Amino acid sequence: MVGTAGGRLSAVDLRKGAPMGFLIGALGASLIFGVVQLANDPALFFQTLMKSLGLGSVYALIALGFVLIFKATQTVNFAQGALAATGALFLAFLVQKRSVFTEGESVVERAGHIPFTNISNPLDNLGGPQWVHWSLSVVVALAFAAVVGLVVERLAIRPMIGEPLFSVAVITLGLEIMFRVFNNDAVEIELRPIGVPWKLDGFKVGDAFINWSFVAAMVTAAAAFVAVYFFYRSRLGIAMRAVAFDQEAAMAQGINVGRVFAIAWAAGAVLAAIGGIFATQPPVEQQISVDQSTANIAFRALPAVILGGLDSVTGALLGGLIVGVAEIYAGQYAAANTSWLGAGYPLIVPYVVMIIGLLVRPYGLFGTPEIERV
Amino acid sequence: MLGRPRLYTAYRQEAQLLPTWTQKVICTLFVAVLFLLPFELPVISQIPLVRFLGDNDWMRPMALMMVLAIAALGLNLLAGVAGQVSLGHAFFMGVGACTAVYLGGRSGEETWGHSLPIWIWLPAAGVVAALVGVAVSPVAVRLRGLYLAIVTLGLVFLGIHFGNTSWGRKIAGPPALGREFPGLDVRLWKEETPLINVEDDGHWLWFDVTDLQKRYLFLLVLTIAFTLVAKNLTRTRTGRALQAIRDRDIAAEVMGVPEFRYKVIAFAVSSFFAGVAGALFSALSQRILATDFGLFLSVEFIAILLIGGAGTTSGTLIGTFFVVMVPQFVEEFTKWLDRAEGGLTEQLARFLLTEGDDFGFINTAIQTPGWTLSVFDWNIVLFGALIVVFLIVEPLGIFGIWVRVRNYWKRWPFSY
Repeated sequence: MVGTAGGRLSAVDLRKGAPMGFLIGALGASLIFGVVQLANDPALFFQTLMKSLGLGSVYALIALGFVLIFKATQTVNFAQGALAATGALFLAFLVQKRSVFTEGESVVERAGHIPFTNISNPLDNLGGPQWVHWSLSVVVALAFAAVVGLVVERLAIRPMIGEPLFSVAVITLGLEIMFRVFNNDAVEIELRPIGVPWKLDGFKVGDAFINWSFVAAMVTAAAAFVAVYFFYRSRLGIAMRAVAFDQEAAMAQGINVGRVFAIAWAAGAVLAAIGGIFATQPPVEQQISVDQSTANIAFRALPAVILGGLDSVTGALLGGLIVGVAEIYAGQYAAANTSWLGAGYPLIVPYVVMIIGLLVRPYGLFGTPEIERV
Repeated sequence: MLGRPRLYTAYRQEAQLLPTWTQKVICTLFVAVLFLLPFELPVISQIPLVRFLGDNDWMRPMALMMVLAIAALGLNLLAGVAGQVSLGHAFFMGVGACTAVYLGGRSGEETWGHSLPIWIWLPAAGVVAALVGVAVSPVAVRLRGLYLAIVTLGLVFLGIHFGNTSWGRKIAGPPALGREFPGLDVRLWKEETPLINVEDDGHWLWFDVTDLQKRYLFLLVLTIAFTLVAKNLTRTRTGRALQAIRDRDIAAEVMGVPEFRYKVIAFAVSSFFAGVAGALFSALSQRILATDFGLFLSVEFIAILLIGGAGTTSGTLIGTFFVVMVPQFVEEFTKWLDRAEGGLTEQLARFLLTEGDDFGFINTAIQTPGWTLSVFDWNIVLFGALIVVFLIVEPLGIFGIWVRVRNYWKRWPFSY
């Protein structure tokens, strides 16, 4: 075990002069730019802000899943994206008989040959309005995601307790590859609508159009972070933090480390699935359906985790928001240079932000530096 | 000496490439067989594995294997010997390929190129990749473990994006289409007929050789050269310094090993290998595609190291063989099952194969409409499963299995 100690966010280290100066310069420039744009076109600025906070919330949700798993099991879970897609896909299966395509036919009517369309679903027999059915489906899908997380943990992660951190991370890479094949096979080339009640609708504040999904993402992220805040102060949460600090010592204190691992993975998988559901909606994509690129959300959120620090919940929130803001603002205000920057350049902005951030703070903004002994 | 193979009386002896006579003989025979493999010779073609590996259809995967072996040796120096695990190896391969196509490709309206010969673009691919590696290493040296892995992963995404930009597509070609890549023909300068013709059938020495066999031999020479470089590097002062950094970087620095300098060297050498391999990788398919150099390729190299045994040159080569050839074997096996008539094999085929939605595991139809997976998909699943199983069951990889077997027979009949 590597000993860790709480060298929390201290005063700016002046030895890192060059990168820090660069960072402050960049921040100052973007601040001035923001003020100018705000004066120029407040509605557009506000709309971009809400959009970027929505995206940031989605990233923060996924990042929170990463952090929960990392804090408890010291594992960077590269399979988070696959778990996200799996959860979202299961929701798509649950709602497919009720979800409606544009011309009013359901997925099942539209194409009989798509796999997994004929499974009978007890939820369909319940009456009630659409949103009740949808919410119940979400709960079932999240429960399913938790079960997937538990199974993965038991089969692939538990045997690796005590092995080097990197080996476990590579195992999750292998899992990601396997899951992705099965997910893609289940999606085939069709889109799988997840039937969100608010679809692509939104409301207007002045001239700014704001999707309901932005608000939903923000509310969900806020709820998740509050839940995790209180969870870490519960008996089990304290056990989890103890395991994160030192597995052996925690074991000696009578903490069931295996159970803590299982719960962390279940929670991480549920957060991944929530993130996967949001990954199909406006700030991220416009389709409100699961497709083959849904699983990429985790790799897009990875910079948020690293920027915030792998083992910090606060870092996950702030990292997610920073990365989301950077991505959307770059997409909005640098669009004139698309040919030079390349189509889809906003997608790599998080990685650029991450690399700059790590130059200044190698363990992320709120990450705990490793104390090393010779 | 002959009776006591492990008795060393001098450091030179211990540091030999092949310390025992058995190893020398086996290694010489192995290299000889590798060279004679593509030709139908009386005795050699009867050796079980060689019999079909030497077949013309298998030359392509064999060539691919050797290209990946060069890159894997590079990653082994960085991750296995120096302990700096990088998920960005595919990025450096891409850098090499882009350099090569910029120097060796033809210029046109949509593309930049200089039509230079291979003896310029192949080394240049390595050198430019090494320079990029040096440029990246100040960031990398500050980071440890997983943070390093994820930052290098970020490089891969930046690299794929390169093909989308207006200036990047002049080098790497349009995102989905790619661009024509110069072949392996060796020219002195820009003349029409190449000095050594590698891309067409022809006659070398006493043999008639096809283009695939020529490429195989060309790559074999390169691979052996790179293997020797990689193996020898680990025996030098640099190699020992890298191993010290891997084992405990702070302890190494206390002992007087300049950590920063050696990490930069490790990045540079590893990127050089990757750059050359990247150029060869694209030269094999004669097309460069930015999306080829993605995360999957990087993971493939990590898998090669873990399956073969990280930190060992021979393990890396075995791992490459395993990772490249197992999918080919599975594919070949499926084809063989599909053709099988009568007997147990047909029963097995009926159980395993399917063409539609009915019961079966492997879908042999060209388009796979049902939920069953094609051989190609199963191979990817198998690849992921191999990573997981090897890490859980045998973390030292095939090399570890070999060491266990060897030690068992060495001590036999005693258990220790």
